[in-house]
Amino acid sequence: MLKHILTSAVFAGIVAGIFAAIINLWAVIPMVMEGELYESGDRVHFAADGSPQSDAGSPSILEEPSRHIMPAAFSVVTFTGYAFLMIAGIALAERYGHRLSLRQGLIWGLCGFITFQLAPAMGMPPQLPATPGPEVEPRQLWWLMTVICTAAALGLIAFGRNPMMFVGAGALLLAPHIIGAPRLDTYFGFAAPELAAHFVGSSLAATALTWSVLGLACAWFWLRLTREEA
Amino acid sequence: MKDDVKVIAQTADATQADAGLLGIVGAIMLGAILLFSAGFAQATVMHDSSHDMRHALAFPCH
Repeated sequence: MLKHILTSAVFAGIVAGIFAAIINLWAVIPMVMEGELYESGDRVHFAADGSPQSDAGSPSILEEPSRHIMPAAFSVVTFTGYAFLMIAGIALAERYGHRLSLRQGLIWGLCGFITFQLAPAMGMPPQLPATPGPEVEPRQLWWLMTVICTAAALGLIAFGRNPMMFVGAGALLLAPHIIGAPRLDTYFGFAAPELAAHFVGSSLAATALTWSVLGLACAWFWLRLTREEA
Repeated sequence: MKDDVKVIAQTADATQADAGLLGIVGAIMLGAILLFSAGFAQATVMHDSSHDMRHALAFPCH
């Protein structure tokens, strides 16, 4: 059991982490680098000299290839972490008789996306460099609270047996957003709004795909390893 | 004798169940540790080396 959990989480995490690294390098990281041009002042939007527009276009990821090695490694670490949580959930569900299938793996993946990306994004959208936000600790706390509430709510919706559980799930889904994420009283962002919006859309789309891959990979490895013995 | 066998069988079941649960709890803890180090740790070296990934995956970064 322990061996299956470890093995399937590590393999699924590596698959999804490499997928994430590639799709982010292609579709998201160039915009992070473009945001940094505003952060460093190399590009200025609505400059004082009266020119409101700034050049569009991201730096090439090939300009500085070495900077992408560590983030790619960390995306494998991140998705291995997520894989451990997902496999723990799958193993727990199977203990209570909910047998897994590959299709359900995809649903696990999409629920992971809702829990860890979509719900937190409602209060704190993916943040482009050059868009200052409040202190990091309260935001991390809100992120954690939102993730725990959303995961619990989705668990109740998926496995709940009586209507009261759905009511509880609704309350859990709403609670973090009623409390509200930490915000600044003023807008400080100095990157082009088009770039920030494009970044948020691409980041969410990339994580949605990556979570789908993670769900399928977790289910595939788990089914292969646990059903082999039976 | 029959009873003895039953007791042994029950104990084996309980141990297996606990081992399963232990694995699940261990996986949750391991997952949390990995996520904390990749997404949350604020030490400069951790932050700088994971920076682009934290932005791309929408961890509250800085």
